Amino acid sequence: MNTASLTVLTELQLDALTELVNIGVSRAAASLREMIGRQQVILSVPNVVLVDRQEAVELLRQQESKRLVAVHQVFEGDITGRALLIFPETNSLELVRAVTGGELSLEDIMELEQEALAETGNIILNGCLATIANMLQRSLRMSLPEVLRGEGPEFFQLDPPPEAGDVVLFLYINFAVHERDIRGYIAMLMDMPSLSALKVLLDEFIERETGSSPAQPDADA
Amino acid sequence: MAYKILVVDDSKLARMAVAKALNTLRPDWTRLEATNSDEAVALARQSPVDVALLDFNMPGRDGLALAAEIRALDPNIALAVVSANAQQEIVDRAHQIGATFLAKPLTEADLNAFLVRAEDQFKAAPR
Repeated sequence: MNTASLTVLTELQLDALTELVNIGVSRAAASLREMIGRQQVILSVPNVVLVDRQEAVELLRQQESKRLVAVHQVFEGDITGRALLIFPETNSLELVRAVTGGELSLEDIMELEQEALAETGNIILNGCLATIANMLQRSLRMSLPEVLRGEGPEFFQLDPPPEAGDVVLFLYINFAVHERDIRGYIAMLMDMPSLSALKVLLDEFIERETGSSPAQPDADA
Repeated sequence: MAYKILVVDDSKLARMAVAKALNTLRPDWTRLEATNSDEAVALARQSPVDVALLDFNMPGRDGLALAAEIRALDPNIALAVVSANAQQEIVDRAHQIGATFLAKPLTEADLNAFLVRAEDQFKAAPR
């Protein structure tokens, strides 16, 4: 999953977006560490690809054969869409155990699962989206997190479907928590007008960061 | 004094942002760039550098592993590990290697403070 199927973002725009996501997820990892009793959270480098819904479903199917859990939030602003944190359902109790500490019984953990998942998802997704919004100098409103369960395809077909069609920004990260192997994916679904808005914001960001217009890259870029 | 600085980051944008800051802060310094740890070590072996700025989260060996390798090549090099992931374990490990931890996104002020400390260190113990 190294090549973007949709070449709507330039190489530098995709690089800038990956860097924003990297910063966002890294900050979220630092928050998550505080939540789970200061155990280290280890992150892989995010792999960011832009695909359509069908490809997103296919990518997920290639990686995961079991049932999945997703924490879902809607974001609205200059860019509007949905953000999903997806991980295997078998990881879900482990994640909750990590967040709630070792003392709770299985029953308590199961009772808390929904809430802990929503909160963990909220921290990771907000960390990502808030960082992206801040660095692009825009604000985004976030809905409350909602926990979904399924095989994958349904996560990418939530109602109402966007009128103008949409793309999926599919980010794959591994995050391991103190020897508990928990891996997850972050997906952002955006409609075409939002993707166009994102391209403009990324170009502005690249210009601020590098001092050169992306349309006319400087010689040593 | 003009020194030689090695900038290591897998993100082209991040390298460009550092280049911009360095062009303002230390325009006379020589800048080398690498996109991963292997490249960085090869460069540092080939042409000794005075200062190195290392991204933490990179494919292959991370910035802390790289910092330790570069430190082994040259005990007096001024090192900084750059990351948005300010978990205590990472900050502590950076300090253990004798590297400064700098928060990402890197600001010109933070970068300058690190460069000033490096210059002070070189004044006390000339390279």
